[in-house]
Amino acid sequence: MTGQPYRLPAGGMIDRRRPVNFSFNGRRLTGFSGDTLASALLANGVHLVGRSFKYHRPRGILSAGTEEPNALVQLESGNRSVPNLKATRIELYEGLTATSVNCWPGVRFDAGALIDAAHRLVPAGFYYKTFMWPRGGWHFYERWIRRMAGMGRAPTGPDPDRYERMNAHCDVLVVGAGPAGMAAAQAAGRSGARVILADERSQPGGSLLNMAANGSEIEPDWSSGVAAELDSMKNVRVLSRTTVTGYFDHNFVIALEQVTDHLGSNAPVHLPRQRLWRIRAGRVVLATGALERPMVFANNDRPGVMLAGAARAYANRFSVLPGRRAVVVTNNDSAYEAALELHAHGMAVAAILDHRGLVDGNAVRGAREAGLDVLPGHAIVDTGGRRRVRAAAVAKIDHDGTLAGPTRTLACDLILMSGGWSPAVHLFSQSGGRLRYDAALAAFLPDHPRQSVRCAGAINGAAETTSCMREGRSAGLDEEPAPEASSTSPKPPVQRQVFARYRAGEARSFVDFQNDVTAADITLAAREGYESVEHLKRYTTLGMGTDQGKTGNVPGLAILAGTLGSPVPAVGTTTFRPPYEPVTFGAIAGRDIGALADPVRQTPMHAWHEKAGAVFEDVGQWKRPFYYPRPGENKRTAVARESLAVRNAVGIMDVTTLGKILICGPDSVEFLNRVYTNAWDSLAVGRCRYGLMLGEDGMVLDDGVTANLSPNRLLMTTTTGNAARVLSWLEDWLQTEWPDLDVYLTSLTEQFATIALAGPGARQVLAGLVDDIDVAPAAFPFMAWRAGRVAGLPARVFRISYSGEVAYEISVPAGHGMDLWMAVLQQRSGYEVTPFGTEAMHVLRAEKGYPMIGQETDGTVTPLDLGMQWILSSKKDFLGRRSLRRSAMLDPSRKRLVGLRTEDPEAVVPEGAQILPTPPSGPPETMIGHVTSSYWSATLRRSIALALVMGGRERESHTVHIPLDHGTLRAEICDPRFYDPEGIRLRG
Amino acid sequence: MLLIPCPWCGHRDESEFTCGGEAHIQRPADPAALDDADWADYVFMRTNPKGRHRERWCHSHGCGRWFNVERHTLTHDIVAVYRMGETPPDHGEADGT
Ligand SMILES: [Zn+2]
Repeated sequence: MTGQPYRLPAGGMIDRRRPVNFSFNGRRLTGFSGDTLASALLANGVHLVGRSFKYHRPRGILSAGTEEPNALVQLESGNRSVPNLKATRIELYEGLTATSVNCWPGVRFDAGALIDAAHRLVPAGFYYKTFMWPRGGWHFYERWIRRMAGMGRAPTGPDPDRYERMNAHCDVLVVGAGPAGMAAAQAAGRSGARVILADERSQPGGSLLNMAANGSEIEPDWSSGVAAELDSMKNVRVLSRTTVTGYFDHNFVIALEQVTDHLGSNAPVHLPRQRLWRIRAGRVVLATGALERPMVFANNDRPGVMLAGAARAYANRFSVLPGRRAVVVTNNDSAYEAALELHAHGMAVAAILDHRGLVDGNAVRGAREAGLDVLPGHAIVDTGGRRRVRAAAVAKIDHDGTLAGPTRTLACDLILMSGGWSPAVHLFSQSGGRLRYDAALAAFLPDHPRQSVRCAGAINGAAETTSCMREGRSAGLDEEPAPEASSTSPKPPVQRQVFARYRAGEARSFVDFQNDVTAADITLAAREGYESVEHLKRYTTLGMGTDQGKTGNVPGLAILAGTLGSPVPAVGTTTFRPPYEPVTFGAIAGRDIGALADPVRQTPMHAWHEKAGAVFEDVGQWKRPFYYPRPGENKRTAVARESLAVRNAVGIMDVTTLGKILICGPDSVEFLNRVYTNAWDSLAVGRCRYGLMLGEDGMVLDDGVTANLSPNRLLMTTTTGNAARVLSWLEDWLQTEWPDLDVYLTSLTEQFATIALAGPGARQVLAGLVDDIDVAPAAFPFMAWRAGRVAGLPARVFRISYSGEVAYEISVPAGHGMDLWMAVLQQRSGYEVTPFGTEAMHVLRAEKGYPMIGQETDGTVTPLDLGMQWILSSKKDFLGRRSLRRSAMLDPSRKRLVGLRTEDPEAVVPEGAQILPTPPSGPPETMIGHVTSSYWSATLRRSIALALVMGGRERESHTVHIPLDHGTLRAEICDPRFYDPEGIRLRG
Repeated sequence: MLLIPCPWCGHRDESEFTCGGEAHIQRPADPAALDDADWADYVFMRTNPKGRHRERWCHSHGCGRWFNVERHTLTHDIVAVYRMGETPPDHGEADGT
């Protein structure tokens, strides 16, 4: 017992033989196995655990569960650290280290508390009103506000822990293992259904865990018996420490299992820290219970002010008395049960103040019989104490809450409050279910479901354990509930809580503890016109903390309704959104991190590129060599060397990644006629043709070369990044619009490895590698293809060029890719073959003025904009053709492709730079276009750029201005074909 | 996350599918005969009902087949699934009911 002055001598579900050492804000403390951090702190008499978000007020432990808004801590340090965890949800383990969040330099003296002294200067919407001046000032203020308002700190290094995802299916998912949920799982399990029962606690029982053993109307070992039965059923899976956080469409539910969080550093290495369950359920039973609401009175946030049900849980479950002498304030009967049980544990009860003027019934009589002082029609008007409550100022109130008598002071070290219970309808609401307001319970209840979901127990407002069990059984079987036996104790009415009549105290009467929203903030917002609950929420931040207003939302709505003079249901409630409880990014990412985050696609020649020191470029999931720097080279010099090699000798490039689609069937040519802008009827076997593909909106989608392999078999190539998209696009048309066309598509991208051989020596190099293909220009002209053996490998050779030089693309079965690559590098034609990467290719094609998909095009560029009228057939329809005639497409001021020559030949313009017709004169500028591609051209010994400019070639030889961070560049608009405009070289 | 009954593969997760938007948009037989407004109507304009909506889905990470789904846009209830070329099941107005 040493050092735990508030621990009761016996009882509870803790293991007194196993003391657990932990540290809080540097203090070494001891609790017991079975404690939460909160219960262990309370056992040690620690109530002050943090500072509030906005005013930095001292805060204590409000609740015993998931609804906790105050007791947020930073757990552990270093990269395992987790910020803003609720002390009420952290299971104690040996060596646990936690610190308070949101205070500097410490929780007992916090510099930010000076804000509290000036709280009248910080009303609702303060940030919106104040920091918007002067214009742009927000950026200055924001840094300081963030520092003051920051909560815990996220670790900066990689998370050392492992996380998993698990997919599961079941007939019945039961959420919550209280009496209703256990009964539901038992009934469903006995019926043979596949059942998953998920509960956030370490053991089943729900509210039964919090009650005194003799305080419940059912047998004391009922829940352990059901738990054992569920464990024995093969068709039932019980997930403890598992919080269902999201309820999505078609009964898809996300749950977070905290597998080893409760073990700390003792966690076995083979287990993940957390596991995210993705569950598809036939039916869902929500037995999520209800959350107790606080009362709103001045200084209701002092450490030592606690929910009555929480104190009951601490005493019964954890064997901790959170104080010696309590004042109880309530508007319903449940607090009487709590007061009686705490009294039985030895706590003095100074008084029970009931907002209701007339009180009667079993609970009230029981309290009176036990000698407790019950004061109907009384309220707390203020509290005293500094870092711990020391007194409650109480007074009589009349039926609408107006003070009706003198104030007197009751000494106490604990204030227990119960503002009624809010059913935990969060998941029901997430599932799309409608809520209704029940005036007698002053609560929103599940009404009309939208999915296959049933609610059972306290979520429906059921107060008694036996009714919860009965509802659970029928929900588990999806039967109509049995008619309720007439209850001996009629449901005690909960009078609507009387709020906010003590004007003087409103500014310190907290509604949302986590976000420091007071009653005054809500009434002010309502007066300023924020009458819609959605506006109110955003303006005051009510319910926008990590607790999503689990405790404060309904009191806040009631205050808004009271201020507006409308009933609560007319005010409505905000939308509940996932997650019910915060989920770590680690659990969401699971194993999809690092190398497993995204698949990597490599060509058969990848190992060679790596060994050659290639710098890689990501194109989709492909790794493509960007350039191959030699010792002493940088990007510019390497790319210059590679592109000069292609212009002057021979280059070799790995173009395996280009998409390849085999098109088969008697209607293949007709199909190409429809999807490409040009005509395909005349393409003979052995020939290739360049094609351009448009969307129906007339915008360029993709381009590539298609070869006629044999009658009714063609091979289409696509750009690397668009391969999958083009295949889906073609499939879409074939399957949905033209099912009459007899055409079949097959992706062959990964079946073949392809290299491009380009440069004036390409023919000679190829000649040395083939013996059954005549490479003479007359026999193998530009835009032809031949089958044969290259370096002894079965191959197709296509004479096509993207560089403007004589070029061949050689395809072999993928398994022979490396053989082909090595054979070309080792050939003895007399030419040195230089490997070149994508960047040299980009430069070479830009020198030729060839637009590149995704570089010159961005989904808003037509073939007319690119100056490619030549590829538009006038004799047939094709996808997108009609769009090119729309008046907007013919507007002469559209941006069109041009070349740009900078006045300073050394200056390489950044891609994306804006183009002005006149020197910049200050905003707003007239912008007539932008740079799409820009390079240093080693061939031309100057910079070149392509751009899209309004009016296009109409502006040729005009000077334009390109403003940059450091000065403005001048450039002349020119023909985009910088090199060999007639195309003599590539046909040579 | 919808659970979509592919007519060829059975019930599969939405993540295996691609939605292709409103179904039964017929490509005009002679686009050249249309004026700008009618063509733009075909290319760009789609209904966006609150209620039952017929749309095209492709089981892109499964069998690769396109098919039609009638889905309630508010409740996400899948009212009907039918193959390309099949007549939609007749149960009254599709839109906004
Ligand atoms: Zn399928």
